[in-house]
Amino acid sequence: MRPGNDRRTWGARLIILVPFAWLAGLFLVPALIVFKISLSQTALAQPPYTPVFDLSAGWEGLRRALAELSLDNYVALASDALYAASYLKSLQVAAISTLLLLLIGYPIAYAMARAPRGARAVLLVLVILPFWTAFLIRVYAWINILQHDGLLNQALLALGIVDVPVVWLASDTAVYIGLVYSYLPFMVLPLYATLEKLDETLLEAAADLGSPPWKAFWQITVPLSRPGILAGALLCFIPIVGEFVVPDLLGSSTTLMVGQTLWTEFFSNRDWPLASAVAIVMLVLLVGPIVIYQSYQSRALASGR
Amino acid sequence: MPSVGAWRTQGGLRMKEPANGVGRSTDKPLLLRLENVRKRFGDFTAVDRLSLDIRHDEFFALLGPSGCGKSTLMRMVAGFEIPSEGRILLDGVDLADTPPHLRPVNMMFQSYALFPHMTVERNIAFGLKQERLPKDAIRARVAEMLALVQLAPFADRRPDMLSGGQRQRVALARALAKRPKVLLLDEPMAALDKKLREETQFELVELQRRLGTTFVIVTHDQEEAMTVADRMAVMEHGRIAQTGTPVEIYEHPNSRYVATFIGDVNLIQDGRSGGWLALRPEKLRIAREPPAGAGNNAVSGIVTEIGYLGDMSVYKVRTADGLVLKAAVPNVTRVRARPFSHGDQVWLCWEPEAAVSLTR
Amino acid sequence: MRKGLSFINLTALTLGLAFLYLPIVILVIYSFNASRLVAVWGGWSIRWYAALLNDRALLDAAFMSVRIALLSATLATVLGTLAAIALVRIRRFRGRLPFSALIYAPIVMPEVITGLSLLLLFVAVDFDRGFWTVTIAHTTITMCFVTLVVQARLVTFDRSLEEAAMDLGSPPLRTFLTITLPLIWPAIAAGWMLAFTLSLDDLVIASFTTGPGATTLPIRIYSDVRLGVKPEINAICTVMIAVVAMAIVVASLLTRRSPG
Repeated sequence: MRPGNDRRTWGARLIILVPFAWLAGLFLVPALIVFKISLSQTALAQPPYTPVFDLSAGWEGLRRALAELSLDNYVALASDALYAASYLKSLQVAAISTLLLLLIGYPIAYAMARAPRGARAVLLVLVILPFWTAFLIRVYAWINILQHDGLLNQALLALGIVDVPVVWLASDTAVYIGLVYSYLPFMVLPLYATLEKLDETLLEAAADLGSPPWKAFWQITVPLSRPGILAGALLCFIPIVGEFVVPDLLGSSTTLMVGQTLWTEFFSNRDWPLASAVAIVMLVLLVGPIVIYQSYQSRALASGR
Repeated sequence: MPSVGAWRTQGGLRMKEPANGVGRSTDKPLLLRLENVRKRFGDFTAVDRLSLDIRHDEFFALLGPSGCGKSTLMRMVAGFEIPSEGRILLDGVDLADTPPHLRPVNMMFQSYALFPHMTVERNIAFGLKQERLPKDAIRARVAEMLALVQLAPFADRRPDMLSGGQRQRVALARALAKRPKVLLLDEPMAALDKKLREETQFELVELQRRLGTTFVIVTHDQEEAMTVADRMAVMEHGRIAQTGTPVEIYEHPNSRYVATFIGDVNLIQDGRSGGWLALRPEKLRIAREPPAGAGNNAVSGIVTEIGYLGDMSVYKVRTADGLVLKAAVPNVTRVRARPFSHGDQVWLCWEPEAAVSLTR
Repeated sequence: MRKGLSFINLTALTLGLAFLYLPIVILVIYSFNASRLVAVWGGWSIRWYAALLNDRALLDAAFMSVRIALLSATLATVLGTLAAIALVRIRRFRGRLPFSALIYAPIVMPEVITGLSLLLLFVAVDFDRGFWTVTIAHTTITMCFVTLVVQARLVTFDRSLEEAAMDLGSPPLRTFLTITLPLIWPAIAAGWMLAFTLSLDDLVIASFTTGPGATTLPIRIYSDVRLGVKPEINAICTVMIAVVAMAIVVASLLTRRSPG
């Protein structure tokens, strides 16, 4: 923590090393294991895959084990249209949800940023509060509303908008509602952080130079809030691709999202290698957005956000 | 008003006179020496091969515009930046391997940096606690410091309950509590209003005289530097332009940069030597008739602007060559009618020694 | 130009907040519904809370979740704070980029992937699944959130306070403990609470990494919910909401008053 110089004290090394070692061991290594398992086959054994690397078998055992690895699982993924559909569905749902989140979250974040100073802290707490209540609870809360005899239908019937209860659950609509609801704070907070730093005098200058408010919004506010838009979009898109809880509780079983596919392969079919392959392909699909997000994060960190 | 020290006002600028007369620097033993110090931040050189000597019992000012490297220099003395090249010696000891918390140098920060979660007393005692002094010794010293800055009744207050001026005095007391060899002051009066600033400047001078500690102040305010410093260094782009007493700097600048940085100055190009002549406005006398025997030290022109500043009147005179000169004339009598008006033809003259010739 | 909020902004805010809170409010109200059915309002009653007290399985799961959350939050706070210090204070070190990438990766990684990978790790090293595996897993995924919160606070921390302390003779470690830590502890506490809630709340990771006897509350709720809405679930959810709401109000009060 010596300011301004490069002397690496042992203290500094420890500060870096401890969290790094933890994450390297519990995040990186597992990822590699997933990759290895994806190249394995199921087995009726404990653990339910083969080959199992047994160090006691020495080099010979290792070479034998390596020979057993194959790309069979990936072939299986590629050949069955079910999986391709699952991936596509996930990407589609994630993209649409992210768009919806942006359309709904932006006005909220903008309103929060324009609120008077004292109100902002309160608003921030109000927006964060639902996020801190259990994810599961919030999704479950929607079941109450979207059920066949749930509140939404009751309201619609009472208002005479529909004659028969509408089927909300087990549909894509319900999934979108659930996703937008659950991820809204992830979109609003980065947007708010960026919009709050926006210099209002820029808008005053625009007005002074003859630009009507709506034009100033599109030409000044939106472009300047691009970092927040990017951060929020990535923070939502990437996890939604692999989302499980929402589609499982609120969605239909016609086309599963890839998170559900993985879950099914793992828990129902007990096919760990195939599930691993699903995970690896998901990772590959997401590498692009993840890298973009990481580079954005490190740039923001460097500029002392 | 201070009890010791002499100041004179010249051209509206107040400057400190050294104890033993005009022109000669004080002659105390060497305390802090910077040898060819250079500091680079990537491609940018903040301090460029700078050498400086600062003495015992001296109030030294580092003066320069923002970005000239004076703060970086100060931080290197304190230990928060490491020089890329060169040495810093305190009492002959190279400070290179000494981290900031082990240097006998203390700093008064521009933002005061008072610990918000501690009372005034604990703030001042902080440095003494690090030295592991016995409790009553600490208590005595803290009381002494509080008396020094006249804040004894505020000992139990927290910084957020003090005014700006009071906070500054706590910062000062805290930095002096350990009786450092050098006290560094980083733009200490930037946050104060003009009246308070003047009072504080005099108080600091008084304090330095009383304690005998070397004070090194970093400032961009030339008036401040001239008021408090025994000696000062004018900096530009990471280098020292000139070092000297305030009087030396003012009356004998070594370059146009120094001449224009301090106070007001007229610069006349000297066609023959290729250099310039620097003339302070107060050195110019203004008259209707060409003065007898003035020779080359006179020039005529037309009055274009008159500024009445109460104690002085400032005349802007345009010569036949298009040069605009400023003359500052003290109003020694109560003036009801101006002696000169716009458009008048006048003569400006000066004593030969009043002009300084500059080659750069 | 504009004092307070315009009509559009105000509408956006009200609609947004309504959208966020309506389901929760409904859930809370229905936890007091005497009738079992959502369609019927049977009057106010706390019978489901009473039923909760008798639901052994649910209570055990709740207790398990709390224990896991307490431990993993504490571990995550220590690790996450260290990482934040490394990122903000240690100016340049080899591997800084991969370090920060590693720290922030769990935030964006889909939970099914992290859950699967952690389970496979535990299986590969033959580590029995149960309380400890879930705790370790939760620590791993929540520490980055702690880093996020603490880092944001450290970045705005007035470094001249640390410099002043060092200038006065306090070595770097002591400075951190006596000056920095007391002034940033609200952020650290907020990070702890964030890690606590995330752990309490997690379903996917826990499902992958749990073992016999270590059923967490979300796992329990999830298996009950698949069979349909059960009023006791409304009750326990309301309890959880109340606990978290109190915690977050306390947290926000703490973070607001931090000087320096």
